[in-house]
Amino acid sequence: MNRLAYLLAGTIATVIQTGPAWANAVYVSNEKDNTVTVVDSNTMEVTKTINVGQRPRGITISHDGKHLYVCASDDDTVEIIDTATHEIIGSLPSGPDPELFVLSPDGKTLYVANEDDNLVTVIDVEKKRVITEIPVGVEPEGMGISPDGKTMVNTSETTNMAHFIDTSSHEIVANVLVDSRPRFAEFTPDGSQVWISAEIGGTVSVIDNASREVVEKVTFEIQGLRSEAIQPVGVRISADGKKAYVALGPANRVAVVNTETYEVEKYILVGQRVWQLAFTPDGKHLISTNGLSNDITFIDTATDEPIKSVTVGALPWGVTVAPN
Amino acid sequence: MDMKSTVPNTLLFFFACFFLLVNAPEPMAQQKPAAKPVTEIRIGYLRAYEPQLALSVLDIPPEDEGVAGANVAINDNNTTGSFLGQSFSLDVVQTKLDEDVVPVFREMLARGEKYVLTDISASQLLSIADLARENGVLLFNVGSTDDVLREQECRSNVFHTAPTRTMLADGLAQYLVWKQWRTWVLLYGSHEPDQLYADAIRRAAKRFGAKIVEERLYEDTGTARRTDSGVVQVQRQMPVFTQNLPAHDVVIVADESEVFGSYVPYRTWDPRPVAGTAGLIASSWHPASEQWGGSQIQGRFEKATGRRMLSKDMQAWTAVRILGDAATRTNSNDTAKIEAFIKDEKFSLAAFKGQKVGFRRWNWQLRQPIFLGDGRGVVSTSPQEGFLHQFSELDTLGVDQPETACKLN
Repeated sequence: MNRLAYLLAGTIATVIQTGPAWANAVYVSNEKDNTVTVVDSNTMEVTKTINVGQRPRGITISHDGKHLYVCASDDDTVEIIDTATHEIIGSLPSGPDPELFVLSPDGKTLYVANEDDNLVTVIDVEKKRVITEIPVGVEPEGMGISPDGKTMVNTSETTNMAHFIDTSSHEIVANVLVDSRPRFAEFTPDGSQVWISAEIGGTVSVIDNASREVVEKVTFEIQGLRSEAIQPVGVRISADGKKAYVALGPANRVAVVNTETYEVEKYILVGQRVWQLAFTPDGKHLISTNGLSNDITFIDTATDEPIKSVTVGALPWGVTVAPN
Repeated sequence: MDMKSTVPNTLLFFFACFFLLVNAPEPMAQQKPAAKPVTEIRIGYLRAYEPQLALSVLDIPPEDEGVAGANVAINDNNTTGSFLGQSFSLDVVQTKLDEDVVPVFREMLARGEKYVLTDISASQLLSIADLARENGVLLFNVGSTDDVLREQECRSNVFHTAPTRTMLADGLAQYLVWKQWRTWVLLYGSHEPDQLYADAIRRAAKRFGAKIVEERLYEDTGTARRTDSGVVQVQRQMPVFTQNLPAHDVVIVADESEVFGSYVPYRTWDPRPVAGTAGLIASSWHPASEQWGGSQIQGRFEKATGRRMLSKDMQAWTAVRILGDAATRTNSNDTAKIEAFIKDEKFSLAAFKGQKVGFRRWNWQLRQPIFLGDGRGVVSTSPQEGFLHQFSELDTLGVDQPETACKLN
């Protein structure tokens, strides 16, 4: 029965992908003016601006696309927005100063990094209650979850570690040292590796999820740019696992990394202080938030060329795209 | 815990409860695997302290200035250390200003201290630097801005997280030049630190193409700083002191001793902005900086101490974090390993300043951005855009390698 459903779903997905491009809503959190900008992924135009809580940063969407979750950092809460009405319909007890979070693959659990309290808060999304709090290193920030949902990785910015957490026991099972100020954790689609960006260290550490050891370190070099300006933050890996995109902060570029050779194949010039990244569900476009130029850039992932920049709110921080 | 084992689940549950109860009081009970032996890393803190006055009561240094920053870093190190079986502690020793620090330092040596932060004068530091080296002790100067400690009197075992006066003056000068405020007058005090600060300003003017059109010395004739009708006199004195100056864009004040400098803003003869040790001030940190994750450390500091974080707190925090990072990454408390790690070309640390900080290998001065702020907020940070350097733009601040007088042995 399950198998049949799976096959059916697969067929439907194929049909959709061969059809016309799907219009998806792109949601951008604007840290400075307390808004979320909604952009149409097809027309690449702003369709709506939603007023939210103070200092919105981390942003993600439920797997059914109905609810948007936004970290309102200065309000110490995660707001829930109904994507049909664009109204704030509730909040989640995130603990103080939530910055980034990750939703479990089954959509039931939200893992939130609380920067001020050296904690990861685990929230039952449906019941809107805290399941547990996990003590981690100083200034927890990056949050990644394995595709099977069994392992969650949190990075702590001052401790400089990636903490591997077993999602069933809520216990840390490994601590892996990475370079200075780790900002983001992203699993490869097959779950075999976690990529950790280090903003001040200027590198991305590739950790093997079986041995929990750093197996590769991606470095960046841009001619005419001093090394201090290269500050890796957001990381996204293509669905086929072949390319990793790394936002390089004040270097104003997104690096395209070959996941087999770990070499940078291209630097895509986007806007100023590029922070976070998101793919459209069809994987054809990557969207970057460019904090200082107050815009987002659509990148064509076939050519890795920027297509269009769209002005959003003040200090765009995070981005998420509605599923099909 | 293997839930698929043949042991009945109820029994396992009891075991689990028992385990939790036994372990609950331990703060880091959850962080497994943690059954490693704990390595102790003790850090000494030698300071010369006496209560000081300031022209504004708001500027009186808090008694725990510097030490509070070190303590916050010890906590940060211990959170990290809990994952690796490392435990950090601070041993604070206090003497008076200008007191002989050798006896207390010998006591610290006898206690086995291998890493010592110092917040003492340059001459006090030089009285123990070689003794420290003979005993394999690394010193971290968190208090003195004297350039001489990084130049003629540099030492291979003395690291400096405090910026130098030349770094501060260059950071300020770059901003004033960027503003096209290139014509300065210099008002300086009569004490040695004031003169040294004035020297750094003169050097910066030459370096970045500003012009000092006149200098005036303000002699300290000895005065009570907080008299009831003092402001009335000050309002008359300062305009007169700044009368008949040639045309200028900015008034630079060099008065580290707090004799007259804070009285200059808003009281000059000509309406001009004031910078230096009053007005727009260059420093290694600003209590209102929230950029680059700064709100995190500021929040943590305020929660721990009940006051805002000052430059000396940041300098001490940075020194303790450097040791913490070295101990963590070498997984050791071995002095030789830690020294080698810190002295490595690639060493860098995140310090809430927008880019990595690290040591100049020719004199062990921490290269770092400089904040420019007034009493309320951050105005800018240097290096400014356009001041280029072949190696690191941070080396446009202070004495650079080609000019250094330091010869490390």
